[in-house]
Amino acid sequence: MRRGFALAVTATMALAACTQQPAASPAPSASATPVAQRGAGGELKILYWQAPTILNAHQATGTKDNDASRLVLEPLASWDKNGQALANGLAAEIPTVANGGVAKDFTSVTWKLRTGVKWSDGTPFTADDVVGTYTYMCDEKTAASTVDVCEGVKSVTAKDPNTAVVTYSPAQPFYFQWGVGFNTPIIQKAQYANCLGVKAKDCPADLKPIGTGPYKVNTFKPGDVVQYDLNENFRDPNKPFFKTVTLKGGGDAASAARAVFQTGDVDYAWNLQVEASVLKPMAASSTTGRLLTSYASSVERLLINFSNPDASLGDKRGEPDTKHPFFTDIHVRRALAMATDRASVASQLYGDGLTGKATCNILTAPTAMESKNSDSFDICKFDLNAANKELDDAGWAKGSDNVRAKGGQKLKILYQTTVNSVRQSTQAIMKSNWEKVGFQVELKSVPASTFFTNTSPDGANHFWADVEMFTNSGDPNPTGYFRGWTCKTATGKANNWNGSNYNRYCNPDFDKVVDQMAVEADQAKLAQLAIQANDILIKDVVIIPLINRVAPTPDGVSKALKGIDVSGWDSVMYNIADWSK
Amino acid sequence: MGRYIARRLLIAVPTLIVISFVIYAILALAPIDPLSQFGADPRVPAEVRERIRESLGLNQPWPIRYVKWMTSMFRGDFGVSFMSHSSVGDLIAQRLPNTLAVVGVAYVFGVLMGIPVGMISAIKRYSIFDHAATTVAFMGFSVPTFFTGLLLIIIFGIKLRWFPFIYSSTTQVHDLDSFVFQIRQSIMPITVLGLFNVATIARYVRSEMLEHLPLDYVRTARGKGLMERLVVLRHVLRNSLIPVVTLVALGVPTVFGGAIVTEQIFRVPGIGELLVTSISNGDIPVVATVVFIFAVLVVTFNLLADLLYAVLDPRIRYT
Repeated sequence: MRRGFALAVTATMALAACTQQPAASPAPSASATPVAQRGAGGELKILYWQAPTILNAHQATGTKDNDASRLVLEPLASWDKNGQALANGLAAEIPTVANGGVAKDFTSVTWKLRTGVKWSDGTPFTADDVVGTYTYMCDEKTAASTVDVCEGVKSVTAKDPNTAVVTYSPAQPFYFQWGVGFNTPIIQKAQYANCLGVKAKDCPADLKPIGTGPYKVNTFKPGDVVQYDLNENFRDPNKPFFKTVTLKGGGDAASAARAVFQTGDVDYAWNLQVEASVLKPMAASSTTGRLLTSYASSVERLLINFSNPDASLGDKRGEPDTKHPFFTDIHVRRALAMATDRASVASQLYGDGLTGKATCNILTAPTAMESKNSDSFDICKFDLNAANKELDDAGWAKGSDNVRAKGGQKLKILYQTTVNSVRQSTQAIMKSNWEKVGFQVELKSVPASTFFTNTSPDGANHFWADVEMFTNSGDPNPTGYFRGWTCKTATGKANNWNGSNYNRYCNPDFDKVVDQMAVEADQAKLAQLAIQANDILIKDVVIIPLINRVAPTPDGVSKALKGIDVSGWDSVMYNIADWSK
Repeated sequence: MGRYIARRLLIAVPTLIVISFVIYAILALAPIDPLSQFGADPRVPAEVRERIRESLGLNQPWPIRYVKWMTSMFRGDFGVSFMSHSSVGDLIAQRLPNTLAVVGVAYVFGVLMGIPVGMISAIKRYSIFDHAATTVAFMGFSVPTFFTGLLLIIIFGIKLRWFPFIYSSTTQVHDLDSFVFQIRQSIMPITVLGLFNVATIARYVRSEMLEHLPLDYVRTARGKGLMERLVVLRHVLRNSLIPVVTLVALGVPTVFGGAIVTEQIFRVPGIGELLVTSISNGDIPVVATVVFIFAVLVVTFNLLADLLYAVLDPRIRYT
């Protein structure tokens, strides 16, 4: 999930793609932090600068919707901060091969559900609702944005009122694909009975879903505010702590930061994308709030184009079968990587650990899957002399204009990203260094809403530029993430610019590693393969990773607020039942 | 007069149709995509996006979508928002009270303040009051609202903590406390917008008055021995107000349009804020409807202003 820096796009959180991890920990039960008394806490004030527009996560168009929905709708289990399944949802326990919940051949998962759970309207929750959720979200006509987790799910059935069985075909080593995390919140079958298929498009339930979560919707004004009341039917009699929750949307990140750090007007301010130089002193001197910094797999990276973006190619422009005029030369790519000063970007723009830290890996989490090898790669070190030498040796000679050329081909780079002050500053740092080694760099910035779309010629998908920059992240199981650099996912006219391989990189050796990952159930072996895949992409300079960004987002919270335990793999609201003051 | 109104209304129909077509064409041809919200999120892959696009009806050619949209508009159905799946009419109905409470009040305030300020400035030309008013008006006119807005937030919201800077649209005024809260939370946005409105109108009134004061009919009125108060109020002001009325009438649709920047800064969920977020979300039905309603209001108030002109100025007769 590529997280755009700018407005709109924050969309995506980690999680949930097609393939995840058989990571099953016998999870602690729902109560991680004991909460004194239900409803003792008054009002919890949450501020999002992007306002939720819908409260059914299956129709979500961004993190804001997923998060706002999570207070009400719960999945079977959540992803904890280590990328392990956590039984704080509707499942009584996490199924494993050992406890018999997971078939040895990975074709089915039997979920034991909590007993006695009620919907906020007082009706009992049963396995039928789990089946109903499957029927709703996996019907193609519903056009749910979460439908990707249905891939390979043959059926979801109710064995008895408290047991749901998910069957995969073919076998799915990542057997938590359906059921865990914010992609599979369970909706009430009865409420959605008239919202299946094409009727899902304008379903009133989306604005006021009945849920099993700790809170229920009182008032929802799309694009503005959600007011929640405590759900008296919540299964844990001591939770939640707050009587009401107000989730206000709109405005800008900077004043949201002020509201949590300077005036204490709100208890939680989401995604404070403010320049590090402004945010750091504000957070440091605050008596009311603190900044949440947790890391997962969010990486701001540079993509190198392997296809030819030249406009004169007409219909062939940027097609996967074209060749880039100079990036096909590994020495040029290596020189570019060596002239990349990620340390300065990290310290000047991300406050050295405040909102991000330098990295030379494209996969930074789970920890066991992060490569340690890249530390020793020469291309991961900022060295202008080495970069110059690399180009000299490869025969790219500097002309009178200080731009290198070979055989009439100049090293002219068009470098695009979204409109965002941090990104524009990053571009400036890159440009000054790259020009020192003989590249000519032209900068371009596109509004995020135009950049992250397959329909725009200025977009990341078309990639009609030489280098582009944005953030993306993987899942607890990184197979789906790495599939985004395999030959067959190359973006182009044939797939309506919807392929995830924007680089149009194609390397059969890399594809082989990814294919192995897709069938590997052993976590240690999977980690080895993931490290191998990471190292190929780095050494071959397909991407130049810059910054491991705080995940899911750099949020500000009131110092008084307890029980927050952010997971980079799930919605920040995944354990809101445990929050207290 | 009746024939004139009928003719103007008849002309309005093709005008609005052309406007609606232009609005829709621009939106359809602009590189905005309701699915761009997903970013490059791989959990929403290509086929899923195509399916969602199809479910939103975006796979049809835009002229067909335009005709469908227009015909349902005639039936009073504004369509369904791509983002919230709720009817555009409901969204606008939710936003309108906030816009009226802030932008509308600021406008009324601007008119009520602007006219006397401009009037006094003109009568007491070059007095201290005139200099002060002209300076303030000049500033209010030229300093952008995002600047004054942020300034007020930092001074009164953060340093002094007098007023909240996060507008709560769920406040219901039912007693004195909630009324006071409503005033406290709207005072900053109203000041920002009001300052601008006062400035615009005061400058206008002042220059109109100055134009009229030396005219012969004013001298005649004074010569008749009328009290100065009557001369100013009944003769000069009335005549000076004719163009001001037009200005005020034409400004009313902008109230409906909300204040894009100010609403965003103070988190007032008004029409302007709805418009700007819908544009960035690619929520075409909402954008098209809001802009179209705005166009209808502009056309209507244009007509109204012309009619008022005739009422105020007996020399003008429409046939």
